Amino acid sequence: MAGGPSKALLAELASRPGRDSVTSSLIKGAFIGVSLLFLAALLFAPLITVFASALAKGYKLYFESFLDADTLAAIRLTLFTAAVVVPINTVFGVAAAWAIAKFEFKGKSILITLIDLPIAVSPVISGLIYVLLFGMQGWFGLWLQDHDISIIFALPGIVLATMFVTFPYVARELIPLMQQLGNDEEEAAITLGAGGLMTFFHVTLPKIRWGLLYGVILCNARAMGEFGAVSVVSGHIRGLTTTMPLHVEILYNEYNFVGAFAVASLLTLLAVVTLIIKTLVEWRTGYSKH
Amino acid sequence: MNSRFRQPSILPGFGLTLGFSTFFLCALVLIPLTALVMKAGSMGWRDFLGVLFDPRVLASFRLSFGASFLAALINSVFGFVIAWTLVRYEFPGRKLIDALIDMPFALPTAVSGIALTAVFAQNGWIGQHLAPFGIKVAYTWIGVVVALTLIGLPFVVRSIQPALIEVQRDLEDAAETLGAGRFTIFRRIILPTVLPALLTGFTMAFARGVGEYGSVIFIAGNLPMKTEIAPLLIVIKLEQFDYAGAAAIGFLMLVISFVMLLSINLLQTWGRRRLVAAGR
Repeated sequence: MAGGPSKALLAELASRPGRDSVTSSLIKGAFIGVSLLFLAALLFAPLITVFASALAKGYKLYFESFLDADTLAAIRLTLFTAAVVVPINTVFGVAAAWAIAKFEFKGKSILITLIDLPIAVSPVISGLIYVLLFGMQGWFGLWLQDHDISIIFALPGIVLATMFVTFPYVARELIPLMQQLGNDEEEAAITLGAGGLMTFFHVTLPKIRWGLLYGVILCNARAMGEFGAVSVVSGHIRGLTTTMPLHVEILYNEYNFVGAFAVASLLTLLAVVTLIIKTLVEWRTGYSKH
Repeated sequence: MNSRFRQPSILPGFGLTLGFSTFFLCALVLIPLTALVMKAGSMGWRDFLGVLFDPRVLASFRLSFGASFLAALINSVFGFVIAWTLVRYEFPGRKLIDALIDMPFALPTAVSGIALTAVFAQNGWIGQHLAPFGIKVAYTWIGVVVALTLIGLPFVVRSIQPALIEVQRDLEDAAETLGAGRFTIFRRIILPTVLPALLTGFTMAFARGVGEYGSVIFIAGNLPMKTEIAPLLIVIKLEQFDYAGAAAIGFLMLVISFVMLLSINLLQTWGRRRLVAAGR
């Protein structure tokens, strides 16, 4: 949590003389009112709409929309993609965080900036670059065609684009945390004769596990929810190369609103669970990454 | 080994972890991005500029930049109000709302897109109350601004919150004792402390808005020359197998992302330096 006023501070403020308290409470009311109104229109209304539209024609139709073969295929594809992407990006994130947080070397800030790059780049560009590499007119297009390998408009392209987009999240979560924790305990372990892996699993991992957990969960949420990048490389072949977000688009464009919002409601629940875990992790560690 | 390149340390695994992460970074990010740069570079100036100065492309850039700027501006005002409310006031549900601020970041963009469209369509919960005033949000440029405002909000709020915590209350109290009014305190004490964070948040929201795709295309209506955003034109060019055209637009957007990333880094350094200079 980004630290609200503590109880002691509030008591102190309340006991303070001075400021005309009617104006103060008017201002307080106005700030809270404007905040809530703004969030209600922009955030709460859309969130509630997702569930209201999904259930608009009753529970029966809502649950039946998950029995559709293409919807099930989309859910399976999304789960598969996340199952490939998240572990790989977790290994990368831990490795990058170890190199960056534990050592001082030249070019470190450049490396950090490059790791952040996928977040700054438009998701459409994240898909475009793989089309330029592996598409029909791309660098490897002819070679791939000769060897009968399809990457674009197929599963490998979806996995690659998702991996690109979610690449920074674990590293970004771990680097500040590991820098803040310092090297003393690891150095003590090594001095006492522990090996590198033993030091990592018995000394570092217990300290960073909550941050790591949130990084992995966020990476997973982004992997399952990615739309732009995957949209460019997928080819939108129904039941074959449509992930859940792409399937939402297809159903929506077919005016199957119950179906579209039903799949969207699953993705919304995923986001809610992600935020709950984030909040729990922050309570657990008392550490806030802002 | 590497004694000049890095400072000595007894911890193991430097070569392995740095090697692996650099290799992965090159394979997944840098080489593909190079493909984009080379594709755009192979076009020749005339073709390259021909794509970018096409009226439809120009119109899309105008919309992407204009709407992102407006959305970031709206977020700077309301993001400040929300951050202030969350940091300074205690009220029921404060922690819940604080947690929900990250929602647009965790929610898949396609979901925010269709949900916003449903809310702001002419028969939607909010759209139906705006329609009598002749305000159409969905399928107009206003819808684009609304979607980008939602997407940019967490960047601004999360940027301002820690800076607001840093504002020294005793300075405010001192100013008040010396007879300063609320507005003077805001202008002379709070705003200068928060300004770097506000600008960082603004730039982050703006940068994110320019590249945003999923949440916008549902609510925009995507009319050529009117409500097409720049990333959508890349998709359209790809669908027509005009790889060079897509690469040209993509290259320009990539350069813009780099400039934004650089400005964000500079702004953050500036903010840190000001905190140090203020003795905090």
